[in-house]
Amino acid sequence: MTTLSRAETEALIAEVLEVYPEKAKKDRAKHLAVNDHSVEQSKKCITSNRKSLPGVMTIRGCAYAGSKGVVWGPIKDMVHISHGPVGCGQYSRAGRRNYYVGTTGVDSFGTMNFTSDFQEKDIVFGGDKKLSKLIEEVELLFPLARGISVQSECPIGLIGDDIEAVSKKAAAATGKPVIPVRCEGFRGVSQSLGHHIANDAIRDWVLDQRDGQEFAATPYDVAIIGDYNIGGDAWASRILLEEMGLRVVAQWSGDGTLAEMMNTPKVKLNLLHCYRSMNYISRHMEEKYGIPWMEYNFFGPTKIIESLRNIAAFFDDRIKEGAERVIARYQPMVDEITAKYKPRLAGKKVMLYVGGLRPRHVIGAYEDLGMEVIGTGYEFAHNDDYDRTMKEMGDATLLYDDVTGFELEEFVKRLKPDLVGSGIKEKYIFQKMGIPLRQMHSWDYSGPYHGYDGFAIFARDMDIALSNPVWSKLVPPWQQGVVAEAQKAA
Amino acid sequence: MANIMIRQAADGGLVFYLPKRDLEASVSSIEFDSPEKWGGELKLDNGGSYYIEPIARPPRLPISLRAKRLGAAED
Repeated sequence: MTTLSRAETEALIAEVLEVYPEKAKKDRAKHLAVNDHSVEQSKKCITSNRKSLPGVMTIRGCAYAGSKGVVWGPIKDMVHISHGPVGCGQYSRAGRRNYYVGTTGVDSFGTMNFTSDFQEKDIVFGGDKKLSKLIEEVELLFPLARGISVQSECPIGLIGDDIEAVSKKAAAATGKPVIPVRCEGFRGVSQSLGHHIANDAIRDWVLDQRDGQEFAATPYDVAIIGDYNIGGDAWASRILLEEMGLRVVAQWSGDGTLAEMMNTPKVKLNLLHCYRSMNYISRHMEEKYGIPWMEYNFFGPTKIIESLRNIAAFFDDRIKEGAERVIARYQPMVDEITAKYKPRLAGKKVMLYVGGLRPRHVIGAYEDLGMEVIGTGYEFAHNDDYDRTMKEMGDATLLYDDVTGFELEEFVKRLKPDLVGSGIKEKYIFQKMGIPLRQMHSWDYSGPYHGYDGFAIFARDMDIALSNPVWSKLVPPWQQGVVAEAQKAA
Repeated sequence: MANIMIRQAADGGLVFYLPKRDLEASVSSIEFDSPEKWGGELKLDNGGSYYIEPIARPPRLPISLRAKRLGAAED
């Protein structure tokens, strides 16, 4: 609960790095920084998107996780085959809570796991035959699937299977898109490359399929890009956009469909929430179809109001009025939430370590509740993410890229935040230390956190985490006397 | 040679983007900037410089081009 000065934070970084061997220390030092508003470009103070050091506990995922888990997985009306050994798909199955509307197993397949279950003989003799048989079976059992994507796991790249040829043949036989995605886990340094590969696969196989077809367009068509509907996030965002008069043509990819993606080139504006995972496709659409894109932030009322006005600025007065109407309508609700929770939460300090957009996007929501973010970091960000983050964070706060388990623990011990926002792997370490943790990957099985409705839930969740009486009970009764005596003696 | 993309920035300048490295930087100067000859050496605000073959000014940005690296920023 201490606010450190710049020199103290620098000293803290140096102290934490002390345990590493010389070479590792040099490497890790580049990934840890003290935020400095006077630095224009993040790469002058922090290095990102580099290979993790062998031997440290990194919290990163792989390219397959980025493609199957993040970008492709939520597209509900397609069957996503985890091509390779069974574990990759099974252990990540339904873990991201990308909500969708539909009947699972009939017309939607979001929470199901399809895998080719590679055995030794498939590695030796190749798995192409198995894949084509699998696609035939999928077609027989799930005739309402609109398409199939083949998500490669590591062995596919290692043994050199030709999934493109199989996919082409299967697509001709079934008359549906069969999309090979070369997202083998070993590619790249983190899940970030998986996002890029997945975006490129969408670009090459999906996006232009309906070019030239008729489409009943309106001047208010937009697409939500990079919202994965975790706990219903995209729905909470969508209603705001629709209320201000826009028509949401597509959701990428939470609760999204293949047809929505194919229709996206017809929209007037792409609204980009998760910049890291879907900026690639937005840039492509800007070049090929002339669709502008803009980043927005629907966490916390301050950012929502700012974003709604920025979005409305692209359109005519009707939408601008609509935006003001939405803002005015929800203001009483916001006032009520802040009146209730701000007194309980004000002044509390938070440390974040997540991925994608959250380390910078949720800062505004915490500030709306009077809380302060004293440290933030990304698992797999690139320099452009840190460029954006440094403006959001306070001066002399701590930034950590691809932080190791050890470093994060030490930082938390020293900075003593009131709350940590990270994932399941960090949750019990910090809770045993007596610091509440909210999982900011899956909203801790709660959500949505986007939009005004999400802010209400966000505020409530932060309050129940912090106000839980359990945090003062971590010292067992038979040791409380010992602790008190030790304190008296000292 | 690398594939790059040039975009129009909101403030009227140009933005250089190198997809392979996710490098985004503002173009601080462009060698030729007339309707019939556009391109040449691009100086970036991160200290790097790239060369694109001069072409007629593209009617619409963004545009993907091949560029040669003359001097990279330290990265």
